[in-house]
Amino acid sequence: MSIAPTPSGPPALELRHVEKAFGAVIALRSGSLALRKNSIHALVGENGAGKSTLVKIIAGLYQRDAGDFLLEGESVDFKSTAESKAAGIAVIYQEPTLFPDLSVTENIFMGRQPTNRFGRIDRKAMRAEAVGLFQRLGVRIDPDRPAEGLSIADQQIIEIAKAISLDASVLVMDEPTAALSGVEVDRLFAVARSLRDEGRALLFISHRFDEVFDLCDTITVMRDGDYISTDPIADSTVDEIVRRMVGRDVTDLFPKQDAVIGEPVLEVRGLNSAGVFHDISFDLRAGEILGLAGLVGAGRSEVVRAVFGVDPYQSGSVTINGRRVPPNSPTAAMNLGLALVPEDRRKQGLVLESSVARNTTMAIRRSLSKAGLLTSGAENAAARVWDARLEVKTNALDTEAGTLSGGNQQKVVLAKWLATNPKVLIIDEPTRGIDVGTKAEVHRLLSELAGQGMAILMISSELPEVLGMADRVLVMREGRITAELSRDDATAETVMSAATRTAATTHAEERAS
Amino acid sequence: MTTLTQTSPPQTPRSGSAVGRALGHFIRARETGILLAVLLVIVVTTVKNPSFVFSSDGWRDLLLTPSILVLVAVGQAMVIITRSVDLSVGSVLGLTAYLTGRLFIDIPGIPMIVVFLAGIVFGGLLGLINGALVAFAKVPALVITLGTLYAYRGINVVWAGSNRINASDMPKDFLALGTGQFLSIPLLTIIALVVLIAAGWYMKNTRGGREFYAIGSDPAAAGLYGLRVVRRLLIAFVASGALAGLAGVLYAARYGTVNSQAGSGWELDAVGAAVIGGVAIFGGSGTVWGAAIGAVLLLTINRALPILGVPDFWQRAVVGALIIGAIVLDRVLSLRQSKRLLEAREDSK
Repeated sequence: MSIAPTPSGPPALELRHVEKAFGAVIALRSGSLALRKNSIHALVGENGAGKSTLVKIIAGLYQRDAGDFLLEGESVDFKSTAESKAAGIAVIYQEPTLFPDLSVTENIFMGRQPTNRFGRIDRKAMRAEAVGLFQRLGVRIDPDRPAEGLSIADQQIIEIAKAISLDASVLVMDEPTAALSGVEVDRLFAVARSLRDEGRALLFISHRFDEVFDLCDTITVMRDGDYISTDPIADSTVDEIVRRMVGRDVTDLFPKQDAVIGEPVLEVRGLNSAGVFHDISFDLRAGEILGLAGLVGAGRSEVVRAVFGVDPYQSGSVTINGRRVPPNSPTAAMNLGLALVPEDRRKQGLVLESSVARNTTMAIRRSLSKAGLLTSGAENAAARVWDARLEVKTNALDTEAGTLSGGNQQKVVLAKWLATNPKVLIIDEPTRGIDVGTKAEVHRLLSELAGQGMAILMISSELPEVLGMADRVLVMREGRITAELSRDDATAETVMSAATRTAATTHAEERAS
Repeated sequence: MTTLTQTSPPQTPRSGSAVGRALGHFIRARETGILLAVLLVIVVTTVKNPSFVFSSDGWRDLLLTPSILVLVAVGQAMVIITRSVDLSVGSVLGLTAYLTGRLFIDIPGIPMIVVFLAGIVFGGLLGLINGALVAFAKVPALVITLGTLYAYRGINVVWAGSNRINASDMPKDFLALGTGQFLSIPLLTIIALVVLIAAGWYMKNTRGGREFYAIGSDPAAAGLYGLRVVRRLLIAFVASGALAGLAGVLYAARYGTVNSQAGSGWELDAVGAAVIGGVAIFGGSGTVWGAAIGAVLLLTINRALPILGVPDFWQRAVVGALIIGAIVLDRVLSLRQSKRLLEAREDSK
């Protein structure tokens, strides 16, 4: 059923050996891609393979450092998203970007609303067009309601409607199905096929191989910022693609030692927060690494923020060794032995303008101070101990934390929390955006800590990390825990199917709830 | 913050006549509450002292007093809706008011229309400086316009020194504009209304106007949409400056005397008017109509309080309470709306 790419003529869009770095972090080493008309092209790779960077370069959001970018055979340099839009490229981003105060209809047409000759927006026509788009996509969304409060799935639908209404010759979809239900996915694919048959070029990024093989005709694999291969789907197999994506043996990289797993330390019961997460219950045992997997936006970070007392929750309880952790009080949580290494270390984990020493001792200021006074001597002494244990590479303790590399910043944040001598360590995306070497160090460290009896809750979007490190895996989808898997049961397939939804289960569940 | 203006509950049956829908929309609108507050103040004060409305002076003052502030508040609202703020409008107003007087003194016989245009263009240029600093230097508008608030006032002081423009320096025709009436409606009020209708139409019905809201609602998303954020910011600040400039010319016509301190403190009245009128201080929602009604409420209360026997020193406190009350009200409404939307979402699952 797939249409063979027509080899004649230049590709609709072509990238050749495109490079992009952010400071010292190389996001894209050599990205290559050729999209043809009448074709749906799949782009696959692990998290961090450089897919999203590639998309943002196509969208004009990032400018490439090197390489060629050709549109219909002509070299282009997009300085802004407006320029790429004007050139006929529509992009559906992984994370929806809507204006919460404005109506759904306005969100779809912002910047290109239909107008009459006096420049007045023709609201009737605009609304009718929105209704038509939703009909084509087979969804029921009130076009007049504000975008605020829409579910991720509905927001994604609006992104899709927006992209379709652009009438673009190149349509890029960065994981558009992540939050959609089966019927919605089917509708989207029907629309995608009709757009293909109209002669457009589509790029489809997804982690779900069944969808990729169902929809696409060509597949490009990326790994660690590099182009790996491009093949017709007909000649490819899932096993072969996965091997290329991973390119290494998963177990080698993530050396979780076996630890003695003790009694439950952290018990979470029936945690609820309206519209964010529902009915979250789990135990975390001493010496255990519990992985919390799920798609971006599934509510994982929100749950741990609530457990730690940063965000409020309406009902449920959190206890450590049988003692209740009061809600809304990170201080109390810390005193009971809880530590949270947050997702965004630059914004939430560090004071970038402060020294390494001050950052390291940030959480133990009280115990370090004498008569309410904190001397830099005491700070430096404590910081020296912890930074040495974690092998933070820095010239001096008074170096500004913001000047360290990502990996070393993460070590400082870890040192800060380990200094509080926690019983339970919650760590959100422990190795996001840090280099491979430091990654391995962080993993070894977590494994050691668990071996010493610390209970560790690890959120990670990187499947190999979850599968390699965790003794047990919880999977969340749309604010609920959908699976609990033992180390032996946890595979890429079981985790992903619990994290995403397949048509059959979704509808049964929707009726049940 | 989201006002109720844009709300329509999901799955509301769209029945009833267009008039009925418009009426329902009007009743729910955030602006309606403020309008009712204005009417309440007027009614209560008139009961106490009928000449507050029912005398030719009372009627004229009722309309005339807020007219100049309405112009400044409309410009301010446009800026605030884009998630900025323009604190320099009082100084811009003062500077153009003085410029107006100087033009009449230094160029005898200068046509009035030229003076008006000069004031508007000059104000627009001062606004352009604000906008360029905000849009290109990427410094928060609060800081930039606090700086130009002092800088523009400083220029005014250097230029005017201890001089003062007096009514006798300006042509009678021009001064007549300041107090003149047409069909018992002050000319200044008519000018303010025309500007208000034009700005309201622009903000509601044009792509440019809607982009102001989009930028204020989520600046990052505006960038991803490919909206021309820099251009919109410049337009908002130029509009605010130009309207403050027009207000400066009318200030000279209305009061007849202008010294180097004219318009001091107006920026706070303008921001207050916008906030009271339901313009969200973090942008994205509210209307210029709300800001205009807010300006009327602010100044009408100021005049009503002495008549109601409220001592002088309490009057500023009342204005403060009004602003805080408006913000608290907006916050409550927005929380209620978020909760309602969330519940609707949970129910639909």
